[in-house]
Amino acid sequence: MRIGFKGSGLKGVVAAAALALTGFAPGVGAQAAQPAPQAAAAPADVSNLAPTSAAAPVTAAPASPELAMDGAPPMTVKPMVGQPTDGLYGLQPQVTKNGRRAHHFHDVILVPVIVAISLLVLFLLMWVVFRYREGSNPVPSKTSHNTTIEVLWTLIPVVILALIAIPSIGLLAAQYKPAPAGAITLKAIGNQWYWSYQYPDNGGFEITANMLKEKDQVSAGERYRTAADGPRLLAVDNRIVLPVGVPIRLITTSTDVIHSWAMPAFWIKLDAVPGRLNETSFTIEKPGLYFGQCSELCGARHGFMPIAVEAVPPAQFAAWVKAKGGTMPTPGQPSNKVIPQPGADLGDATSVTPPGIVPTSNGALENTTATPPEVTQGATATAPVGNVGR
Amino acid sequence: MTDTALPPSAFVAHDDHAHADADHKPSFFARWFMSTNHKDIGTLYLIFAIVAGIIGGSISGLMRAELAHPGIQYLQGWAAHLHGGSASLDESLHLWNVLITAHGLIMVFFMVMPAMIGGFGNWFVPIMIGAPDMAFPRMNNISFWLLVPAFSLLLASPFFGGAGNGWTLYAPLSTYGEPGPSTDMAILSLHLAGASSILGAINFITTIFNMRAPGMTLHKMPLFVWSVLVTAFLLLLALPVLAAAITMLLTDRNFGTTFFDPAGGGDPILYQHLFWFFGHPEVYIMILPGFGIVSQIISTFSKKPVFGYLGMAYAMVAIGVVGFVVWAHHMFVTGLSVNVKMYFTAATMVIAVPTGIKIFSWIATMWGGSLSFKTPMVWAMGFIFMFTVGGVTGVVLANGGIDDYMQDTYYVVAHFHYVLSLGAVFSLFAGFYYWFPKMSGRMYNEFLGQAHFWIFFVGVNVMFFPMHFLGLQGMPRRIPDYTEQYAYWNGIATHGYEIMAFSMLIFFGNLIWSLIAGKKVGDNPWGEGATTLEWTLSSPPPYHQFETLPKID
Repeated sequence: MRIGFKGSGLKGVVAAAALALTGFAPGVGAQAAQPAPQAAAAPADVSNLAPTSAAAPVTAAPASPELAMDGAPPMTVKPMVGQPTDGLYGLQPQVTKNGRRAHHFHDVILVPVIVAISLLVLFLLMWVVFRYREGSNPVPSKTSHNTTIEVLWTLIPVVILALIAIPSIGLLAAQYKPAPAGAITLKAIGNQWYWSYQYPDNGGFEITANMLKEKDQVSAGERYRTAADGPRLLAVDNRIVLPVGVPIRLITTSTDVIHSWAMPAFWIKLDAVPGRLNETSFTIEKPGLYFGQCSELCGARHGFMPIAVEAVPPAQFAAWVKAKGGTMPTPGQPSNKVIPQPGADLGDATSVTPPGIVPTSNGALENTTATPPEVTQGATATAPVGNVGR
Repeated sequence: MTDTALPPSAFVAHDDHAHADADHKPSFFARWFMSTNHKDIGTLYLIFAIVAGIIGGSISGLMRAELAHPGIQYLQGWAAHLHGGSASLDESLHLWNVLITAHGLIMVFFMVMPAMIGGFGNWFVPIMIGAPDMAFPRMNNISFWLLVPAFSLLLASPFFGGAGNGWTLYAPLSTYGEPGPSTDMAILSLHLAGASSILGAINFITTIFNMRAPGMTLHKMPLFVWSVLVTAFLLLLALPVLAAAITMLLTDRNFGTTFFDPAGGGDPILYQHLFWFFGHPEVYIMILPGFGIVSQIISTFSKKPVFGYLGMAYAMVAIGVVGFVVWAHHMFVTGLSVNVKMYFTAATMVIAVPTGIKIFSWIATMWGGSLSFKTPMVWAMGFIFMFTVGGVTGVVLANGGIDDYMQDTYYVVAHFHYVLSLGAVFSLFAGFYYWFPKMSGRMYNEFLGQAHFWIFFVGVNVMFFPMHFLGLQGMPRRIPDYTEQYAYWNGIATHGYEIMAFSMLIFFGNLIWSLIAGKKVGDNPWGEGATTLEWTLSSPPPYHQFETLPKID
């Protein structure tokens, strides 16, 4: 199912895909056909970590494989928060300010209005059935015009819609407020069929998140989903970690087809479009585990590239960043690190560069991968310069 | 018989005599394969739409079967069957995308549109305006016959890998994301179906503007004719844009252009703008003729003229016009700027106003009437309520800020199935029962018709209403498997499909029985309320009607 790219730069990402713990089913697709590199490259005791951090200096070994936090207490899945609940008929609880605002707008204004309109129409229909059926009204009236009522049923909906539009436009304005200075940037990159993430403000380390398969779907020794990881089809091997109470700037893009980064509990959905950088922002208010799914048809395994966010207090986030080999930015000082741009044309047709590789000339980043160094040389020769998006 | 000043009723009395040579029909092959008669072509369109509806509806049955429980139960078996042996998991997951794509394309292009415009439009627009036939009878023939290769291409494509990019064919999934000939076949299929519709639209516009009987002014035309006129303009203006967009897909796929490929300076979002500039008018193309059908039926069975006729006609014109400037509400999460999103939010809400005028005018038509609840009437009344429910969730989705959550979830699936599967399809059944006696000369079975309505009504509501809840809980569209938390409502929705499918057995039973043994009907089985010209003709109408034009007062 692997698609062929015209651009050589995209091939680098395809190679990165092979590095990832990819594959919904073993032995299918070009990616899965490649040997899993991290098993050979990483020591046995950290083999459950993400490939990007496999060779990184691990300060604290995780207590159990399902932890995203290195050495921190496990974040447990809370029922009804950050995930769907069976049999419910309302929206998921919201943990961002705009989410709560939109939730309120939906529940307090929209739903009552649309239920009232539907019931009004139903009532009118039942009334004419009862009152004007042949038996009770044998002689039909000949009325076919009434200007007053026609004007009324034109103007009253206009007023109702205007009343809806005011909070609606206000909500849009709030949603589009750019992230303030000091926001943490999370770059979500859609791939067929997994998400990779970068933290450009924190040294640019990368996380690759693949869906965790069930126990009967993996070969012996391979990691499978446990209850602590989250629900089936929603749990991932490497959760991304975000701080609570700190504005997050989300940037999405894609390396192949259009994906969509969706997190219902944050009221966030943003398409990841190849060749474009889309941006939005949110602030998570409560620590917890939040699950979402890719929300734009992207091929065979569209339903199998979930999104999992672990929201933790800022101090814990800083510890996690450090464990991943990243850095916390100095307040007031923008990061001057050059971040590799996935999907960008990193070189000529012969150079293939996985995005996890950072050119050493642009500042030493601790996290490297198990990729042979000669590939890195190729990337160093052609340093990427902001050539994605517009 | 050259006196054109005679009222239509004058001709009815002499029907047999006047049409003595009008009923001379060509031989079977010439009549059905080289047809230039609008009624025969209309019948062909209806048969075509029924066949396509059976196929498209069966595909949704496969989808609901797979979605009945969490996990992949059947896909792998079906894919193995299709591939003649075994299928990998990816191949079976791809089959899912092929199924959703086929379901969407078949229902839109090969079921609803042929039935509404090709079927009922061909049959009744010329008759309702007092014309002997369509303006371009041979073009009418090719309009229909273009659909046959179009549908064949689409049906054959799964055997060449299958087009699994959704009915919207979004690039780049439809360009470099999908190798093999099947997507090209689907694109070519749309080209042919689009050409068919453009030719049909030209034919309808010319017919309605030029072939109205003396006295049949535009403001006296039945609302069904108005609805087809507006629809024809939407087709004429929207379909060339689709043709352009999918032609660019074809060249991107096969000839190395990069219209939608960022690596060559193209833009995937451009495709979405082009597609939805067609796609949004397309949804009104599917519903406007339904509005027209429902207007005729409500008036007939209330024994009253339509309330606010001019408001009704121009509400459809307004829906058609505004329908062209709201397209980007399908793209709220693609990264639109805030001003664009605010505009499309506001513009989309405006559509609720003319739609509201129509709903209230239908109710006002019934108000003070003398209602009889024959099968077409219950379908039409069901349409009004179900379309209202689908319409108000449209108002929710119109809010760009709310749509961030709802986009690409089952809430959207519920919304558009309420306006199409419960809106457009209800109006199709209403029209079918309403005109069945006119087209066939035989009455359907009233009890089976009522049973069909009530069971179908329960079935589709049980199937689609829980989808709102799934969407509110965040379930994405177009996934073959879902996490266990979505199991409850999905299980109920599948039961809804079973109920609906049972009602369709009743429909087909009724159809076959009525065609063979239904009671013969006279010119006008519906009584005083049926005032349009088709009820002045015999049932079925003579092979060529109105050889002498009727005059309308």
